[in-house]
Amino acid sequence: MEKTQNNKAWFLVLPVLIVVAFSAVIPLMTVVNYSVNDTFGQNDFFWNGLGWFEEMISSDRMHAALGRQVLFSAIILAIEVPLGIFVALNMPKKGFWASFCLVLMALPLLIPFNVVGTIWQIFCRPDIGLLGRGLTNIGIDYNYTNDALDAWITIIVMDVWHWTSLVALLCYAGLQSIPQAYYQAAKIDQASRWSVFRYIELPKMSGVLLIAVLLRFMDSFMIYTEPFVLTGGGPGNSTTFLSIDLVKMAVGQFDLGPAAAFSIMYFLVILLVSWVFYTVMTTLDAQETK
Amino acid sequence: MMKNRASLITMTIYLLFLLIPIYWLINMSLKTNTEITSTFSLVPNKLTFANYVTILTDPSWYMGYVNSMIYVVLNTLISITVALPAAYAFSRYNFMGDKHLFFWLLTNRMSPPAVFALPFFQLYSSIGLFDTHIAVALAHCLFNVPLAVWILEGFMRGVPKEIDETAYIDGYSFPRFFIRIFMPLVASGIGVAAFFCFMFSWVELLLSRTLTAVNAKSIAATMTRTVSASGMDWGVLAAAGVLTIIPGALVIYFVRNYIAKGFALGRV
Amino acid sequence: MAQITLKNLAHSYSATPTSDADYALKQMDHVWQDGGAYALLGSSGCGKTTLLNIISGLLRPSQGRVLFGDRDVTDSETAERNIAQVFQFPVVYDTMTVRENLAFPLRNRGMDPAYIKARVAAIAQTIGMEATLDRKARGLTADAKQKISLGRGMVREDVNAILFDEPLTVIDPHMKWELRTQLKQLHREFGHTMIYVTHDQTEALTFADKVVVMYDGRVVQMGTPEELFETPAHTFVGYFIGSPGMNLLNAAVVGNVAHLQGVDVALGAAYAPQTGRTQIGIRPEYCALSATEGLPITIRRVEDVGRHRIIRGEVAGQVVNVIAAEGAAIGADQTRVRFEPARINVYADDWRVQGGAV
Repeated sequence: MEKTQNNKAWFLVLPVLIVVAFSAVIPLMTVVNYSVNDTFGQNDFFWNGLGWFEEMISSDRMHAALGRQVLFSAIILAIEVPLGIFVALNMPKKGFWASFCLVLMALPLLIPFNVVGTIWQIFCRPDIGLLGRGLTNIGIDYNYTNDALDAWITIIVMDVWHWTSLVALLCYAGLQSIPQAYYQAAKIDQASRWSVFRYIELPKMSGVLLIAVLLRFMDSFMIYTEPFVLTGGGPGNSTTFLSIDLVKMAVGQFDLGPAAAFSIMYFLVILLVSWVFYTVMTTLDAQETK
Repeated sequence: MMKNRASLITMTIYLLFLLIPIYWLINMSLKTNTEITSTFSLVPNKLTFANYVTILTDPSWYMGYVNSMIYVVLNTLISITVALPAAYAFSRYNFMGDKHLFFWLLTNRMSPPAVFALPFFQLYSSIGLFDTHIAVALAHCLFNVPLAVWILEGFMRGVPKEIDETAYIDGYSFPRFFIRIFMPLVASGIGVAAFFCFMFSWVELLLSRTLTAVNAKSIAATMTRTVSASGMDWGVLAAAGVLTIIPGALVIYFVRNYIAKGFALGRV
Repeated sequence: MAQITLKNLAHSYSATPTSDADYALKQMDHVWQDGGAYALLGSSGCGKTTLLNIISGLLRPSQGRVLFGDRDVTDSETAERNIAQVFQFPVVYDTMTVRENLAFPLRNRGMDPAYIKARVAAIAQTIGMEATLDRKARGLTADAKQKISLGRGMVREDVNAILFDEPLTVIDPHMKWELRTQLKQLHREFGHTMIYVTHDQTEALTFADKVVVMYDGRVVQMGTPEELFETPAHTFVGYFIGSPGMNLLNAAVVGNVAHLQGVDVALGAAYAPQTGRTQIGIRPEYCALSATEGLPITIRRVEDVGRHRIIRGEVAGQVVNVIAAEGAAIGADQTRVRFEPARINVYADDWRVQGGAV
């Protein structure tokens, strides 16, 4: 649609600006302020320049947390995106069963994050959980509270459980928008099932897939509550992701300066990666058009 | 036919995968603590509703639900109210800095709540809003307002501009046009946006826990604290968990026909 | 290539059709000649797309058989029927180039690469897209995309039939004419059986050797453009074909005379006594104003449409249009309308009655 130039539109945006500025800009300024100051307590601050940033950049603790975070996000993207597409392709197209699947699939999305943690805690504990006890009973040594690998697998399965439906629902919506004529034409052209997917379904889903990947990346990179409830970051530090580490540092140890510097870099990393994702995928898209 | 059968099997397996952990939670909530820790059974040996009774009769428990509902509804109202005019502006006009503003709004959707937890705590403490519903509602605006603007903008772009022009020619003032004519046209968009605001506010724990202590304590926070205080009261914990699923399930059921449409716009 | 036979064919979208009205397609028996160019003409919702989808195999009829040549294909999949179809809106594979799009149906059938190359080049020339062969289909205009769809429909030489489902809807008028001409030429060149669905009579009459007019789930007439014009088998055909359509007047027919408003109108043939509603139909082209002869007419309006003039009038409360030559004078004294007896058709309950010798 043609848009008209009108700077008065700012007045319409003003309420949003005020609300978001209040909840984003002021806290962000506080964070920036902490990040460049040091304190001896009693609200007595002095200038520390980029000291905290330097300390954080070279800290092994942050490197380790970042490494775990990247690995985690990569794994869940690698599982959830293909699985989501696969599930979407198999969903009923219309009628009662379509609504039925939609409602059940959306269910995990509306469970509070801590309850998701609780559900999996109860489900996986070796003493009371169906899965935990079941695995133990058939002789598999499984205990997510003291084995790092088990903890990782549990958290990943939990995240797949929690969020695959989001990817699937997005893809499903993308598939729904494909006119029937495309499938008919493909039949007439004797296209194989794979060709239909590769040349009709995938291109039509590319828009929603971009959103799905971005959302899953951002949210998995910010994950806090579910692993916090399930493993508390343990055993040891094996599932201490960036957010968990940050809260430990800020609230647990009250190291405001380093925590603030950490926050800012964390935020910048997310912004940067999201931006790169977005740019790469939209340019690829634009090149295809040419 | 083969394809249909394969689809059926796939969907059955996937839905079972989704439902079994929830089933286990429900199963636990209907058992006594002794049964939970001593025996292992797929259905409760001795069915008990004691866990639910505990929650529904103890104000420190059920007020958690009430508090959560209050700030979730408040947040949804604020988010939609401020997002409506802004989304209209983005969908209809070019103005100085519009693209940057839009991108800046979206970056807030990307900011980790963990980053903001502490500054929020200090900000709201300093202006005396700590432990109030409005504090949590405002804090959740951080990610819900950008989201609402984004979703609504998508819907509004689909409404032809001629409608606005016709209304102005017919002598409607902007507010009257917006409320009487435009909002009904994007009603489904408002529904979808409200759904997502509700959802993200309802599931969030970190900020709501940080910003409340007693009076506005959310159910999520109530659950975590009670667990650490009373040891392992699995039955009550499971029952509380089941009760948090219910509002979400109800909301999904009512908007089930809109969800697909909302997703279809690719705006979540 | 094959002759297409529809035997006792009928289709209903409801699982348990009870009355005639439940059928989107009422029972029919037709034979479509091998190599013919057919147009399926009718207004929206008359069942023409349903019929097309049954022929292409996208829809299974609720009763009756479809035969390609001697082979019963009623239960065969679309792919086995070896047909091509072009849809109303462009269906192209966005991520492929134009060349890949055109080659796709051939590649899927494992054709020889050299043959594919030659064939794609030939089709590209026909649809005038040689210059854009290596572009992605995504960025092209709707026109160009539809041309690719047409090209994909025609790229296979061995098809039993090519079906077109209102393929020129999205094409702009100038291009429409050009593409239609090309289709016609292709038909002459390769002799494929072509079935072309449209609601535009000009498209149907210029494209087809035989036009099949559908109305309310029925084929009401299958004939050459000339037959449709001269002897419409059903009042719908008379009304739908021609601009303006046929004039229809209620009349009592006895022998070779129609009584109307106390005036006798001579007919070109003699008719047996009719029961039910009787009407006479006459094309505006065969009417003429007169000062002395014929039925009294009240003239409402005269429209000048360039080559001729259309006189809109009323005879006994029923609309009658007359086409007059550009130069013809329309005087105030011309209060009557005269019909050419040989061009008058007689209809009983909307169906044409065959007349005998006078």
